[in-house]
Amino acid sequence: MITINDIMETNRMITENKLDVRTITMGISLRDCAHPNIEQFCRNIYDKITKSAEFLVKTGADIESEYGIPIIHKRVSVTPIAIAAEACKTDTYVPVAEALDKAAKEVGINFIGGFSALVEKGYTNGDKILIKSIPQALASTDIVCSSVNLGSTKAGINMDCVREMGEIIKRTAELTRDREAIGCAKLVVFSNAPGDNPFMAGAFHGVSEAEKVISVGVSGPGVVKHALEDIKSADFSEVAETIKKTAYKITRVGQLVAREASQRLGVPFGIIDLSLAPTPAVGDSVAHILEEMGLESCGAPGTTAALALLNDAVKKGGLMASSHVGGLSGAFIPVSEDAGMISAVEKGSLSLEKLEAMTCVCSVGLDMIAVAGDVSAATISAIIADEAAIGMINNKTTAVRLIPVPGKKVGDSVNFGGLLGRCPIMPIKSQYSSEAFIARGGRIPAPIRSLTN
Amino acid sequence: MKLVVTIVGKDRVGIIAMVSNILAENNVNILNINQNIMEGFFNMVMIVEMTDSKIKLQELQKILKEKGSEINLDIKVQHQDIFNVMHNV
Repeated sequence: MITINDIMETNRMITENKLDVRTITMGISLRDCAHPNIEQFCRNIYDKITKSAEFLVKTGADIESEYGIPIIHKRVSVTPIAIAAEACKTDTYVPVAEALDKAAKEVGINFIGGFSALVEKGYTNGDKILIKSIPQALASTDIVCSSVNLGSTKAGINMDCVREMGEIIKRTAELTRDREAIGCAKLVVFSNAPGDNPFMAGAFHGVSEAEKVISVGVSGPGVVKHALEDIKSADFSEVAETIKKTAYKITRVGQLVAREASQRLGVPFGIIDLSLAPTPAVGDSVAHILEEMGLESCGAPGTTAALALLNDAVKKGGLMASSHVGGLSGAFIPVSEDAGMISAVEKGSLSLEKLEAMTCVCSVGLDMIAVAGDVSAATISAIIADEAAIGMINNKTTAVRLIPVPGKKVGDSVNFGGLLGRCPIMPIKSQYSSEAFIARGGRIPAPIRSLTN
Repeated sequence: MKLVVTIVGKDRVGIIAMVSNILAENNVNILNINQNIMEGFFNMVMIVEMTDSKIKLQELQKILKEKGSEINLDIKVQHQDIFNVMHNV
């Protein structure tokens, strides 16, 4: 039996603490769309996406109004295009990205992900074409997201790709320089990328997934912060308990939305991604949760420990609330999308180097960080290598989404608008070169912990 | 289908009458009402049943929202399940 207090609590979470379902993401396999003629391939994927996701937006809106829970985005993820388009006789996949963009706009979704390649162990021809197509593809589309997985615990790190991605990111920034290098905000480089992640920019429909699936990403940093406000002097056992209980409640809502969406669309339920995903709105910040634990500002010593506790308690609380948990499931720390992170950077409390340490214990990596336009491709590659190494050794997902904004330098800031937020240009502390290190190429071998058989 | 109707706003004469009239006109049965006034603010939660009703949930939400906003009330209508899943194991 629900009580009046339960009802009031739920509605306060939604209205005051900005509890929302961040996304319903439909994963669609495009493996049956292959065709040697790229124009026919583009028609095939356009038809399959528009047919499969025809009612996704309407269904999301219906569920939103019936249950009174905001569902911010509806998205589609597809089979990595490097795989789906590999049969095409072509030297560029830009028309494929344009077909994805057109199909996504036709069904009214917010993002489509999967302009992707999985190259942790090596490139196929399709992978090579895809990666070369990324800058132009992101410049000539609006809502297509791209990702490249270049490392894993099982395979090691593809250092040729690490080198190439530094250049690809720079080129993407250049081609979208009139829009604050927005192309780079839609491009993420992974180590240990999950194939069932519903969050952008890294969503793609993994090769081991079913024909179609519905996955749901929940959010709610504001709810966790509010719960901690009520236990100001409690010790960490109680802090962890409180976060777990809150994460449970948030995830149950996600599970309800996923079940309904799956039933109404006739598409199997995939996973719930129980992530704390911040937005630039006041009261929706992961950094503010860390500060609520007693840190004067995010980035102060203790930040990594606070984030470790938060990330772990979110997983433990959410696990029991859903029949299938997957994706990234943890706390996100994107700088530009989090009001508390932005202010910590502006105060000089939070640095890129501290963020790197934080990525060892959170669910992803260096996310939505703007750096000066003159940062070299080799330096960006070296940052990617560091992150990929953290992921590979610790058997976790790590990612890099850096935006080297052309013409901007430390002291400037950049505004992407909407959910992507704004970011001061962050300095890279060491001014020394990684050129010769990145020039080596080859593969960093898989670590000893990969040998589990 | 059981729904939860929550009404929040400044107190005045006739709030309950207005809401119950709209529900009755649409054959929506009231199962439970809980109401109080805190510092001049009106708070009411109703559990209602609309199985025998012909009106669609979205239409009912629209009517209540519009009528509510005419007299500065915030009226929400939600499927009961969102509260059930969140607060029951």
